[in-house]
Amino acid sequence: MPFQSTVGDYATVATLETFGFLPPMTQDEIYDQIAYIIAQGWSPVIEHVHPSGSMQTYWSYWKLPFFGEKDLNLIVSELEACHRAYPDHHVRIIGYDAYTQSQGTAFVVFQGR
Amino acid sequence: MSKKYDAGVKEYRDTYWTPEYVPLDTDLLACFKCTGQEGVPREEVAAAVAAESSTGTWSTVWSELLTDLEFYKGRCYRIEDVPGDQESFYAFIAYPLDLFEEGSITNVLTSLVGNVFGFKALRHLRLEDIRFPMAFIKTCGGPPNGIQVERDRLNKYGRPLLGCTIKPKLGLSGKNYGRVVYECLRGGLDLTKDDENINSQPFQRWRERFEFVAEAVKLAQQETGEVKGHYLNCTATTPEEMYQRAEFAKELDMPIIMHDYITGGFTANTGLANWCRNNGMLLHIHRAMHAVIDRHPKHGIHFRVLAKCLRLSGGDQLHTGTVVGKLEGDRQTTLGFIDNLRESFVPEDRSRGNFFDQDWGSMPGVFAVASGGIHVWHMPALLAIFGDDSCLQFGGGTHGHPWGSAAGAAANRVALEACVKARNAGREIEKESRDILMEAAKHSPELAIALETWKEIKFEFDTVDKLDVQN
Repeated sequence: MPFQSTVGDYATVATLETFGFLPPMTQDEIYDQIAYIIAQGWSPVIEHVHPSGSMQTYWSYWKLPFFGEKDLNLIVSELEACHRAYPDHHVRIIGYDAYTQSQGTAFVVFQGR
Repeated sequence: MSKKYDAGVKEYRDTYWTPEYVPLDTDLLACFKCTGQEGVPREEVAAAVAAESSTGTWSTVWSELLTDLEFYKGRCYRIEDVPGDQESFYAFIAYPLDLFEEGSITNVLTSLVGNVFGFKALRHLRLEDIRFPMAFIKTCGGPPNGIQVERDRLNKYGRPLLGCTIKPKLGLSGKNYGRVVYECLRGGLDLTKDDENINSQPFQRWRERFEFVAEAVKLAQQETGEVKGHYLNCTATTPEEMYQRAEFAKELDMPIIMHDYITGGFTANTGLANWCRNNGMLLHIHRAMHAVIDRHPKHGIHFRVLAKCLRLSGGDQLHTGTVVGKLEGDRQTTLGFIDNLRESFVPEDRSRGNFFDQDWGSMPGVFAVASGGIHVWHMPALLAIFGDDSCLQFGGGTHGHPWGSAAGAAANRVALEACVKARNAGREIEKESRDILMEAAKHSPELAIALETWKEIKFEFDTVDKLDVQN
């Protein structure tokens, strides 16, 4: 019988921080996460960057932060508009928390090429 | 009004038991759990504790009359029963602010938990809590960076940080040690940690470790596209040596160093925290020796006091136990002191062991670190207990993976992100833990194997030090 190793080879993957180790989210799953951002009282912010600049602290804003925006559908349509305008860029959504002056959460919705 | 000198031994309670006293906002307040020798009245024991931890000594001395002792003395202003315990009681003591040097945790502890703990009229004594007045807090440096700055530097948002301690904890050469760091970080961890026992031993001198680790961190960062770090332990023989190691970590462009604040001491810790603040370095804090001091329910110092002291002395991350792993700590008590690490105001809440309102003002928060005997199955409970502002560290739960540390790291990262995603989507992660993890494992063979490997491991022993409640 040929020798069979039970040890797998773990290949390093390049990821984009939070949720980088999960499979791409479905539309509904993305809706859930945006609903969470809104429910926390955070302001949605959309940012994008060419993949070559993904480790920069500052990505480009899409328009301005959507301060106080509670409309889930509006945020989703803005994410899509940003993706259409920059199809080869990473696009991420941030839940911005003005109280801590920090990001409550942030994750990439569209991966650029 | 001037007093006459009257030599001799007075009862402590004549001077130090003042039930009518209303504490000032600037007073430092302490709650002690006292167990006196048989036959000694409570008021006398409590007053003795107030006296011996402030201005008093066993005999009246003439030189007391050179000052206004009424201004400087500590006072016991309240005595309370301990629920479910006949022999002990709580003594609440107020200390005037002028008894303490500005910004010196060392000085506060030398007074409050100094000679008094060896006092013969006491069988046991435990410092349960301290209310630090804002006037004192404002003289302390506190965390060199704090939670928000740390997140910005590490670019980690919306989830706990994920780390692990490098194992075996002793005996690896510098190059082998760097290899293990690299494996963990490329697998998806954010941070790795020197074991607290690693300082600069013959098998691995600190400079060797620092250089190889720096290479590993930079390589993993380059390959994964994520920000990585390793807590380089700067705890050393002397402060001079400690600063030398910190300087070298900075030279290597590393983001975070580490210190053991109880064995190293508060003076060293405060100094290193100041150095970190001045040099843009994050500071991870280990707590070796704490259980010697905080585990006995009737003697010593409760960890909530040591945690508050660390926040004031300075540190960006502090070990707090895991609740669910191999080390001691019950859930409510742990929640009580992690609030005191992270929040800007913590109300009195006896059900969490907090005896006082504690206002932290503008002092930055400290990440709570959960480390010790935890593995993927614990992930949902850890996220529920500790929330996002925590650092979850899986040592054996990373390196023990059948495919090695990189796969172990990936398994933990997948499990963590699956739990965060489920929580955000409104699922009850503790109740649905099994489903959440099994679903995630469908997309991750690393996680599937980890779940299989650790399915039977539990640490279900009763807690030794419990909250005081009526039985």
